[in-house]
Amino acid sequence: MSRALLLAHDASECEPLAAFAQALGLPFDIVTITGDCPQDLGAESIGSLMVGDPPPADSLCSGLRGFAANYSVVAGAATMFGKDYLPRLAALLDRPMVSDVVGVVDPKTFTRPMFAGNITADVRVNADAFVVSVRATAFSNPVRSGQSAPMQVAFDPQGVTKRTGKSESAGGRPDLAQAKVVVSGGRPLKDAVTFERLIGGLADLLGGAAGATRAAVDSGIAPNDLQVGQTGKIVAPELYIAAGISGSTQHMAGMKESKVIVAINTDPEAPIFDIADYGLVQDLFVAIPELMSKIKP
Amino acid sequence: MKVLVPLKRVPDPYSRIRLAPDGAAIDTTAIKFEINPFDEIAVEEAVRMKERDASVEIVVVSIGSAECEEQLRKALAIGADRAIRVDCAETLDSLGVAKVLVRVVERESPNLVLMGKQAIDDDNNQAGQMLAALLDWPQATFASKIEFNDGRATVTRETDTGQETLEFPLPAVITTDLRLNEPRYVALPGIIKARTKPLESLTLADLGAQQECRVAVVSMRQPPPRTAGRRVNSVDELIEALRVEKGLLKS
Repeated sequence: MSRALLLAHDASECEPLAAFAQALGLPFDIVTITGDCPQDLGAESIGSLMVGDPPPADSLCSGLRGFAANYSVVAGAATMFGKDYLPRLAALLDRPMVSDVVGVVDPKTFTRPMFAGNITADVRVNADAFVVSVRATAFSNPVRSGQSAPMQVAFDPQGVTKRTGKSESAGGRPDLAQAKVVVSGGRPLKDAVTFERLIGGLADLLGGAAGATRAAVDSGIAPNDLQVGQTGKIVAPELYIAAGISGSTQHMAGMKESKVIVAINTDPEAPIFDIADYGLVQDLFVAIPELMSKIKP
Repeated sequence: MKVLVPLKRVPDPYSRIRLAPDGAAIDTTAIKFEINPFDEIAVEEAVRMKERDASVEIVVVSIGSAECEEQLRKALAIGADRAIRVDCAETLDSLGVAKVLVRVVERESPNLVLMGKQAIDDDNNQAGQMLAALLDWPQATFASKIEFNDGRATVTRETDTGQETLEFPLPAVITTDLRLNEPRYVALPGIIKARTKPLESLTLADLGAQQECRVAVVSMRQPPPRTAGRRVNSVDELIEALRVEKGLLKS
């Protein structure tokens, strides 16, 4: 029973989840909800639930419940997808849950941010079986070994919720949460076209993803799935360029683990400069085009 | 239609969070408390439902000591009809909260539980989903648009890659995201009216509930502050610094 089940939405989440399980020190199996799982991440068995989109949370959890009950620890990534269904699964199993884990202190004690990242807490689970959501940015480079055995997962989803519509933002850029470079913009970008031209344009030149502040999303300048912050995406890229972003607490909670932070802002007092490695006090409408022209390959 | 809105008393999101001297909790001495902002969005949404349909009844509930009556009164001032405080001075984990809320749901029989997607203190984002699971109700988390028609809800919700629309029968649990609405400022007549609205206090025993907490904070610390680097005076200097000092932007 002392065994972990790693539920990855897709192949891209398998590595960080395997790194988490290795830190935990338990044998583990990996099940991807959709798509295949790499075979060399040290899992004993690997399986896959389906091709295509997973069903809504009520169906997904009813289907996973019986299978997941065989494991002492069930872990998934702390994405919006994971945050939707993992707590439901935990309650169906009558297990407590720890959210947004960024570190393993011991097999039952985990480090996680609270209060928009203003506090780092160690929390202890007083139960033999529990559920965890893991911040993928905090775990990487699992020890690669072996060849995992294929595994069949009994999955019979039942639920009353129907998905009647879906709209996805234009793709083509790396996933925000996993990109090596993130270029983010705030409300000074004015409108969606300007945002795409400057923020999207610079992101494309750097092979990175575009991000946005809550204010930019609220005012329709950027789509909701680009929001970086306490309640949006948590990112930790090699390079984070913040253009026209003052640096609210809730925004900085989503990006302050970035390795190198560049801030471009006309206000020399903006809080973002307090955490930036390089601060450029300049109008982004001047600086970004110049940056683009000078780094153009 | 009856709507139950659970809400939590949390530190004002704009307050500066510091550790208490013992390092096991945050220093609350200079902190103002508010309704958790996501829960306030839930209250606002319920009140807008009531403004469209006068037959909507809104019950707000909070679990905590007497001090959280301040937040319940504010919800009444926004437009909720009555309030319940479940007296509990002990800490509950999210599953413990969900189990208490199950008892409140059994007592009140709402058609809908509308609540914030996460509390901005613990940032757990669990209780709504857990409540839906325990009740075996459908759920829609991170809602940015909610419509009702003929005993069914249609919810647009935010996802990792954009948005999706879910449709399901009531009763259900819906958790609110930022863009669902913008809560109103409470006007004075609402505050005065709220003083006479019913606010009932129940114990866990009254509800047949228990205090459950299997996830406990053992220590807290403030993350080391990230220190400011330096100012650069031009784009050229910035590019040079990133290339030479950090090995970035190499093409």
